[in-house]
Amino acid sequence: MAKNKEKKLKRISRAGLARSVGGSVFNFLVLCVIAAFMVLPLLYVVSNAFKPLDEIFVYPPRLYVINPTIDNFTNLASLMSSSWIPFSRYIFNSVFITAVATFLQIIFASMAAYVLEKREFPGRKIFFKLVVTSLMFSTAVTAIPNYIIMNSLGIVNTYFALILPAAASSMGLYLMKQFMTTSIPNAVLEAARVDGANEFLIFWRIVMPLVKPAWLTLIIFAFQSIWATTGNGLIYSETMKPLNYALNQVVTGGISRTGSAAAVAFIMLLPPLTVFIISQSNILNTMASSGIKE
Amino acid sequence: MNGNLKALSFKEKMKYQLDLAKKNYDCYLFLAPFGLLFIAFVVMPVFISIFFGFTDYNLLEAPGFVGLQNYQKLLVNDEIFTQAFRNTMIIAVVVGPLGYFASLMIAWQINELNNVLRAIMVTIMYAPSISGGAIVIWQYIFSNDSYGYINSFLMSWGFIQEPIQFLSDTKYMLTIVIIVMVWMSLGAGFLSFVAGLKTVDKSQYEAGYIDGINSRWQELWFITLPSMKPQLMFGAVMSITNAFSAGAVSTQMFGSPSTDYAAHTIINHLEDYGGVRFELGYACTIATVLFVMMIAINEIIQRLLNKVGS
Repeated sequence: MAKNKEKKLKRISRAGLARSVGGSVFNFLVLCVIAAFMVLPLLYVVSNAFKPLDEIFVYPPRLYVINPTIDNFTNLASLMSSSWIPFSRYIFNSVFITAVATFLQIIFASMAAYVLEKREFPGRKIFFKLVVTSLMFSTAVTAIPNYIIMNSLGIVNTYFALILPAAASSMGLYLMKQFMTTSIPNAVLEAARVDGANEFLIFWRIVMPLVKPAWLTLIIFAFQSIWATTGNGLIYSETMKPLNYALNQVVTGGISRTGSAAAVAFIMLLPPLTVFIISQSNILNTMASSGIKE
Repeated sequence: MNGNLKALSFKEKMKYQLDLAKKNYDCYLFLAPFGLLFIAFVVMPVFISIFFGFTDYNLLEAPGFVGLQNYQKLLVNDEIFTQAFRNTMIIAVVVGPLGYFASLMIAWQINELNNVLRAIMVTIMYAPSISGGAIVIWQYIFSNDSYGYINSFLMSWGFIQEPIQFLSDTKYMLTIVIIVMVWMSLGAGFLSFVAGLKTVDKSQYEAGYIDGINSRWQELWFITLPSMKPQLMFGAVMSITNAFSAGAVSTQMFGSPSTDYAAHTIINHLEDYGGVRFELGYACTIATVLFVMMIAINEIIQRLLNKVGS
């Protein structure tokens, strides 16, 4: 009997766990079909961006490019430069808003997550419960009151209108707090306290370096939501509008802009995707602790 | 006597809490930057929304209290809302579960692959959810004329003679929104599953195997899923919130409002009254209804998931 078990165990370690080869092959094929469904539209985005106009309108449509060109991008650039706001200004706006909001979000979320996870104080549980609840409804619910509040604070039509709400991302705080549960040993904090370090020093010198993998995760989530914002309704001045707004104006220009529109789709896709590819292992590291614990 | 004791213990409790708060006052300083913004832009807006939902606020005049009039109009007299509600529910019921189980199954199968393949697959599967502006490609795919990728495909294989009016025929619109949303549904929840599967203790599988588990499905059901319950709950929140947030896809594909309101969702309706007609009071009523719906469904699903395996 015991021998039987040993035999069985040996078989596991040799052949992996309970797997049949046929099943594995079948599952992998299904996975490939799904992957094709996911990636095909994106491949069209990429190839269209480099197609000359006659290839974009070729019948039947082709997935690949025969004569790749960067005409779409140069056309887009000249279209943009003919507007009275220089193209670089929109890029600056988007980069500035995204960078500041993401930076503030990481600092604020880490500070809050630290005390919520590692300290005892009245109100801690109810505050976190509110944060989890806020993950459960979409931001569309709060859009109108947000406008009213910003109006009374006098920050409509300033960069703050886009930066401040993004800095208070409940998703960021949530992921950061869950990540701290496993990544910061309490013993280290205790030792630092015994050595007489104050809380701010502990936070800055010990906690922040330890949660570095989570920064990247917050960056990708913040990046993807802020990069996609058009600032509609919150920013009126042309000089402060983000890139996505300007690009959308190009896309709605009709059929003559098809090439430029393809370039726009590519430009919007590239930055978030690049950030994700570079930081994938760090992000998965953070997401491992993302679960909701009762 | 008894009541006295209770009052005393309550008083003591309060004093203890107050002492604790005083002793840890620095915690509130750490919490303050996030906390103030969170209260200003998330907590207060919910209450403001509920409040203005009972008024006829229109941005120009001072809001007047109208009681339940907005709710009455919304639930009884607003046929477009009924349509939007129907569409939202259809989308949510399909996209929510489909996105959730697809995330889980795909993450599970990706976990079987080696590291390089896994990294490639995760990127491919996750990419659509962060593609943002790239969603415009679906307009080409479903384009009404024979240059549309699907029309072109169907015509060259002889399935149809004339191009199908995918983007203007009302009977296809909801399906198209659902397809695009499913395409984009492998988001944060999916990453949570992929990461969670990696952390399941390997020795559990060996123990389970000795206990008679002999297929990968049994392994999934008896070992893997119970040990990643927290991730399953997080993924559920992400799926539900995403599924009920349909609106942007519809606007991008068909404009707002879509022909005959065929792809009109609650969020489209909300944006219509809030952003176009400036009937903010009524828009807040819509927002409140959506808020209550999303919280209620999330809570119900959380309760159900909590029961699984316990």
